[in-house]
Amino acid sequence: MRVRPSQVIKDLVLWLFVILSVIPFLSMISTSFSQAMYELPYPPKILPDSINFSNYAKILKESDFFRYFLNSVFLSAAVTVAVLFISSLSAYGFARFDFPGKKIIFNLYLFTMMVPGVLNLIAQYSVINRMHLVNTYTGILLLMIGGGIAGNTFFLRGFFEDIPHELEESVVMDGGGRWCIFRHIVLPLSKPALGTLGIGVFSGVWSDFFTVLTFIKDPEKWTLPVALQLLRGEHATEWGTVMAASVLLFIPELVMFVIVQKHFVQSGGGEGAVKG
Amino acid sequence: MDRGSSHKTWFQKGLRQWVSVAPYILIGFVFVCIFVIYPQIKNIWMSLTEYNIMQPSKSIFIGFQNYEKAFAGDEKDNFWMAFRNVILYGVFTIPAGMIIGLILAVLVNGVKRCGTFFRAVLYLPVLIDWIVVSIIFLYLFADGKAGLVNYYLMRLHILRQPVSWFSNTWTANAVIWIFGIWKSIGWVMIIDLAGLQGISKEIYEAAEIDGASGIQKFWKITVPLIRPTTYFVLINLIIGSFNVFISVYMLTQGGPVGTTDVLQDYMYNQAFKYMNFGYACAISVITGVSIMLLTVFRDKFFKYERK
Repeated sequence: MRVRPSQVIKDLVLWLFVILSVIPFLSMISTSFSQAMYELPYPPKILPDSINFSNYAKILKESDFFRYFLNSVFLSAAVTVAVLFISSLSAYGFARFDFPGKKIIFNLYLFTMMVPGVLNLIAQYSVINRMHLVNTYTGILLLMIGGGIAGNTFFLRGFFEDIPHELEESVVMDGGGRWCIFRHIVLPLSKPALGTLGIGVFSGVWSDFFTVLTFIKDPEKWTLPVALQLLRGEHATEWGTVMAASVLLFIPELVMFVIVQKHFVQSGGGEGAVKG
Repeated sequence: MDRGSSHKTWFQKGLRQWVSVAPYILIGFVFVCIFVIYPQIKNIWMSLTEYNIMQPSKSIFIGFQNYEKAFAGDEKDNFWMAFRNVILYGVFTIPAGMIIGLILAVLVNGVKRCGTFFRAVLYLPVLIDWIVVSIIFLYLFADGKAGLVNYYLMRLHILRQPVSWFSNTWTANAVIWIFGIWKSIGWVMIIDLAGLQGISKEIYEAAEIDGASGIQKFWKITVPLIRPTTYFVLINLIIGSFNVFISVYMLTQGGPVGTTDVLQDYMYNQAFKYMNFGYACAISVITGVSIMLLTVFRDKFFKYERK
């Protein structure tokens, strides 16, 4: 087969950017496998020259890594369950009921989505401070759940509206009410959408940084990203340790991505999933 | 409908509808009101006061003084510096991100095998946590000759001395911009790929019969036909540049002496470092209004997005 020069250029460009995309990841992983040390390895590494788990062992043994990990899992899971539950109820209300003010409330939801969550942080701080919930999980749970509802209600309403009415009529025939329709028709049919949104919410909370940083003062209650940032401050030059922790933070995100990839629902940037 | 519904007044009907929908929407509505809408309103009110976080009732109403302070008062240098950096961030990251993203989308679209592989690998930077990337970038651009970027630039004889990337305004900004471009390319590519799939193959085939070269096809067919997607990407990236925060917070903390600060980082530090809550709220309102105007503009032109 003859190779055309234009094809060679195309492949070169593509591979160049593939390499640029992965170099930072590779250097993170190689550094995490290097011997624990107090200065930058010289020469710097892109590919690991040996596999050495001492940095991982150090992170898992010496720091409260496991605690932070559990904190992250707990917060992410709790927010995901609550947001999906409340949003699917709300979305059903907006999709299948008529009531005065429906349009206004729905547009209000859309309106709140225009302002990025971070900009709300200061006023939210004063609200939570008033409720004496600074430095508690109750406080950030309430904030994160509240922040996730508008966007997810919006997406789920669109999904629920596409469910054919005929399916619901069969339940009505059998004497079932609205709740029965919601529980036995709408929810089971929406599993893929709920799954995709759920992973979005979960990873949104998992990678949240500023909410936890702002509201939680107790080191015991930190989540992984906040702890990681602090670890970097403390061990400024122990790059191996810091990179090992980064890899451990990144792996769950990668797993979630692989799961979503299967039913990749395209949505804009970081929009909509969760507003921290 | 009930038999008696025609006798009921409009008010009673509404009330009854509300009673039946309340179990579904009420919890969500209460949450959104208390934790999103109320803070948004409170934010505006706080921006008009000298806010006292310890004793909120002692806050003093000062009208638009906080805004004046930002635009023309004591803080004007810092505010406009942060604003300038947001604009510069947009100017330097958006065109590069869009051009590279589009080229990659066209290339990936033309790949016969391993399309998924390229898509996934090029999307990896979008996926990864900002905190993790920030730490990686701090490592890559570390000072001294052991920093990876310094090392390779010196090996290639582009640099003679190692650069202290984060100690100079422009090198620090450059790293923040490279970070932004690196993280946005994959997103642009995915959106453009969706746009490319909307262009029918027949147009390309017709052009091939007429003897058009690959580059001609790109300029005469792809670029014009993908224009709606391009606008959508552009507006989203502009909104994104008003949202730059974590990279600056992690990489430079706004330094050296505030010359790499951006609006959100500036706002955050004003509130939680210097305790100027009222003033920080004014910055938040200014940023929020800018973003909202852009969003309205985008949605007016991209109605299909809401469908």
